[in-house]
Amino acid sequence: MPEATPLAPRDWASQPPYLYPGYKSTAKRGPTRPLVPLKSALAQRNAPVYGHEDIGPLDHDLTRNAARNGAPLGERIVVTGRVVDEDGRPAAHTLVEIWQANAAGRYVHKADQHNAPLDPNFLGAGRCLTDKDGRYRFLSIKPGAYPWQNHPNGWRPNHIHFSLFGQHFASRLVTQMYFSGDPLLPLDPVYLSAPEGARERLLSRLNLDAVGEAGFALGFEFDIVLRGPHQTPTES
Amino acid sequence: MALTQTPSQTVGPYFAYGLTSEQYGYDFKSLFGPVLAEPQATGEHIRLSGRVFDGDAVPIPDAMLEIRQADAQGRFVASRAEALASGFRGFGRCGTGTQASRHYWFDTIKPGAAAAGEAPCIDVIVTMRGMLLHAFTRVYFDDEGEANAHDPVLAALPAARRATLIARREAQPGGVAYRFDVHMQGPKETVFFDL
Repeated sequence: MPEATPLAPRDWASQPPYLYPGYKSTAKRGPTRPLVPLKSALAQRNAPVYGHEDIGPLDHDLTRNAARNGAPLGERIVVTGRVVDEDGRPAAHTLVEIWQANAAGRYVHKADQHNAPLDPNFLGAGRCLTDKDGRYRFLSIKPGAYPWQNHPNGWRPNHIHFSLFGQHFASRLVTQMYFSGDPLLPLDPVYLSAPEGARERLLSRLNLDAVGEAGFALGFEFDIVLRGPHQTPTES
Repeated sequence: MALTQTPSQTVGPYFAYGLTSEQYGYDFKSLFGPVLAEPQATGEHIRLSGRVFDGDAVPIPDAMLEIRQADAQGRFVASRAEALASGFRGFGRCGTGTQASRHYWFDTIKPGAAAAGEAPCIDVIVTMRGMLLHAFTRVYFDDEGEANAHDPVLAALPAARRATLIARREAQPGGVAYRFDVHMQGPKETVFFDL
């Protein structure tokens, strides 16, 4: 089986721990034993196969992909950015899946019992493939904050969930994008679980002119860095 | 390296309509689901299923598993066109929230060994609310004793922990099933890998 150069390791200095006391659910769900190193071909195995044919014409447009009788309520936003590896090489034609709450902070999920209205014209799920330069683009509605039961009067900051594979099985990333300046960020254990100096990479940047659409939608940029092949051979 | 990796964050409790929409009955097409093998796919058709248990041995209702595996000949699917032609797509995704018993399941084929000297196995990504980053594990098969005994990954594990990666074959009326439970914590904590 042909193998590429080894994938760079997970950068543990950038990742949250499995057990993080501020996020209480981790206490019974995070693995407690050290991970077992696996220096086998597994790390080089490719991501699942899919193609442009799998992506619907409105999948990237959350303001239209579930509309029934009008437009969803809320602030329209463009969310775009590049998916690259640690050497800046683009992850071209790679899948980006997102999901989020509506403008009122309510998810279309039967487990979400938050007393805020659903929006009949908004599902909150989307997907697209990056282009040859690794760029993705979504049109959506700015998600609202919502309460959660983790701690007294806890509220999650506005965020959009992202799911990516990149080019490899091992470059899988599930993360959340936040909005710079959100006053809930310094209070949010999920955001704070990422180490200082790394968590700031979860913040999108307002970019009205280059990303937004004048008179129509705010623009936010969010770049994503995945593990990529090492440029130089690693020691064996 | 000029750039640093984006941190992981939890998948949260509400991934179902985005990542596993058809399984959960949402009106949004799923790119991946619990079925990896169509009836015409070559190989022994199996159902892999099990539950994911937390540190109190309670089945977790909002976990998601993703599996990636070779076909019956030990080859990995290289393209979408190849998957369509063979009826085997090599990748699946299933949440634990749609069966009252909290089982996940995959309808697939038993993989062949991907390389000489390795035992057949299925690679697994486990994630859920309450995990800030996903974990990797592997499924081996209890009827591959000879191959398992020589597999370098299994051999490198303490004997007491190898059993956490071995699925149990069960003959059922509908066909061949393998049972593989994931234990996040406790005396039977599953082996999770760094890769």
